Amino acid sequence: MCGIAGLIHRGKSSNVGSELQGMLQALKHRGEDSTGYALYGDTDGKNFIMRFKVGENVGEGSSSVMEDVSVYDERKKIVDETLAEMGAKIVKEERTLPYSLRYEIDYNVKDLLEFSQRIESIPGVEILSMGKSLEVIKDLGNAKMVCDRYSLDKVVGTHAIGHARMATESGVDIKSAHPFWGYPFSDVSVVHNGQLTNYWNNRRVLENKGMRFMSECDSELIAVYLAEKMRDGATLEEGMKASLTGLDGVFTYFVATKDSLGMAKDTMAAKPLVLYESDDLVAMGSEEIAIRSVLPQEIDTYDPFDGEVKVWQI
Amino acid sequence: MANLKTVSKKSKAQSMGMHTEVLTGRTQQKFFNPDEAENFYYFGTYDVDFNKRTELDVKDMTAPEANKEIDNLMSQGYGTIVIKNPQGKHSLGVGILNKLNLIFEGSLGYFGMGSCDGPIVRINGRVGWSCAENLMAGKVVIEKNAGSCFGAAIRGGDLICKGSVGARTGIDMKGGTIIIGGDAGAFTGFMMQRGRIIILGDVGINLGDSMYDGTIFVGGEIGSYGSDAVDSELTSSDQDWLKRKLKVAEIGENFDVSKMKKIVAGKKLWNYDNLEPTEKKGAI
Repeated sequence: MCGIAGLIHRGKSSNVGSELQGMLQALKHRGEDSTGYALYGDTDGKNFIMRFKVGENVGEGSSSVMEDVSVYDERKKIVDETLAEMGAKIVKEERTLPYSLRYEIDYNVKDLLEFSQRIESIPGVEILSMGKSLEVIKDLGNAKMVCDRYSLDKVVGTHAIGHARMATESGVDIKSAHPFWGYPFSDVSVVHNGQLTNYWNNRRVLENKGMRFMSECDSELIAVYLAEKMRDGATLEEGMKASLTGLDGVFTYFVATKDSLGMAKDTMAAKPLVLYESDDLVAMGSEEIAIRSVLPQEIDTYDPFDGEVKVWQI
Repeated sequence: MANLKTVSKKSKAQSMGMHTEVLTGRTQQKFFNPDEAENFYYFGTYDVDFNKRTELDVKDMTAPEANKEIDNLMSQGYGTIVIKNPQGKHSLGVGILNKLNLIFEGSLGYFGMGSCDGPIVRINGRVGWSCAENLMAGKVVIEKNAGSCFGAAIRGGDLICKGSVGARTGIDMKGGTIIIGGDAGAFTGFMMQRGRIIILGDVGINLGDSMYDGTIFVGGEIGSYGSDAVDSELTSSDQDWLKRKLKVAEIGENFDVSKMKKIVAGKKLWNYDNLEPTEKKGAI
C-alpha cells in the first residue's frame, strides 16, 4: 500500500511545496518508508535544474550500505569534471545533504540522452530529475521529514505530484523511491500506486530498445514505458492510453510534464483515487483526506472509473 | 437417524439434523422464543428517543473518539445525532447496532458506516471506499458520489447513492438493496450471493461477474457482462417493486423502469444440487 497525491493550479502559481507536503502527510499511514516530491516551480526557464545523488541515505531503516562521505566528494568531483567536459556550466550549486545535490546548469542541448548517460556512467551517481521546471526530491521518512530536510515548504509553482511509499517490491532506499524521472525527457515525472506484474517482460523489451532502468522497482517501468512511447512520437495522453493494456497488474499513476498533469487507472480499478476538479484547481489523491488538507471546506469529489485517463494543462 | 442411502435427496439434509439450509460447520442452533423477549439483550444497544436531537462537531476528533462519543450520546438517549465537519475521516459511524437517525453534514472517507445494524443515516456529502460494508439492517443515503466496494458484503438494509459509485459495488453481498442514481464502475455485483442492485445510469465492464444469485437492474448502458451473468425477463412485479423502491429512495421517481435490463446468475459456474464434501461423507 502506498499513497499518491497531486495537484495543478490552472492560470496561477501557488505554494505547491507546502500544499503537497500537507497532502502526503495526510497519507503517511499508507507508507512512510520514503516520500518523494516532483515540484514544478516557477523559474525563468533559462537553465536546466539537475537534482542528483552521489550516495544513499543509510538511516531510517535504509537497506543501503554505508559509505564514507569522502566517496561522495570524489563522485561529485567527477560529475563536475564531466559537466565541464561536455560544455555544461554550473551556474548555481546546492548541497543539501552529503549525498544529495542540486545544480543549475547552463547547457544548450535538446537531447538529454547522451548527457544523462555520461553523468550516470559515474558509479554511484543517479540523476533524480532534469528539467527547466521539474525538481524531484525524494528521501527516506515521511512527508514532513523530507520537506523539512530539503526546505520544500517555500517552493512556489504551478503543479506537483508526490508519493508516500510502503516498500514491498524493492528496497528501502532513495533509488527505489518515487517519483521517477521520465528519463531522458526533460521535466517528466511519474508516481504510482499498485503493482505491475509484467515488469520483467517489459523491462527486457525496453532495455533492448535502449531505455535505462536505475532500480528494480516495478513503478519505474511506467516512467520508462511512457518515455519510450514519447520517444517514438506519441503524445503523453496517447502513451498513457497505451499503458492501460501494455502494463499488466493493478495501478493508479500520475504523470506530470512541464505544463500538464495526468492520471491513469487500470481496467480493474483496483487502486483508489479520489479526484477534485474545478476551473482553477485539480487535486487528487489516494484518499479524500489528502485533498482535505488543501481544501478543508465541503467539496464535490469523485472516483475516476476503470481504464480512465485524464490530462490537465496549467 | 434414517438410512441416508435410502432416503430421498431432498430429505437427506433434514435427516442429518439440518433444516432448511444445507450448511456445514454449524455447531449450535438458537431458536428465539417470543415469551423470552424481555430477557433478550442485544449487546451495544440503547433506548433512544428520535425527538431528542444533538449535534457533534468531530473536526478535532479522531475517528475512534468520534465513534465513542456517538455511542455515549446514544447511551444518553439521543435518537437524532447530527455530525458536523467529518472532513473525509475514515471509519466514522461504524458498528452502530441501534435504531438511530444519524446525519453527516459533510463527506466521509473509507469504511464509513461499516458493520451497522439498524440506523437510518443520511450523508450530505460523498463517501470513500467500502461504505456500509456488512450492513445488516437500516438505511444509508449518500447525497453525492461513492468510492469503490460500495456496500461490500451487506446482508440487509437499503444503501442508496444519489451520485455515481466506483468499482465492485455490492461485491459479495448477501442481501439487502443497493440503489445507484448515477453510473457504476467495473465488476458491479462481483460474486454477489443474494440481494438486489439497481443502477439508473451506465455500468462498467464485467457486470455481475461470478454472481451466485441475486438480481441486478440496469437503466443505462452495460460495458460488458461478467462470467455467468445473463439477461432475464423483467416482469410486471419487478417493475412494481422497482417503482416502489425508487420512490422510497427519493431518486428516479420519473424513471421509466420498463426499459431497465434485469441481470441474474446463469448458475453454470457451480452445481446447486451437489452436497458439500463432509455431507457427502455422511451420506455414504
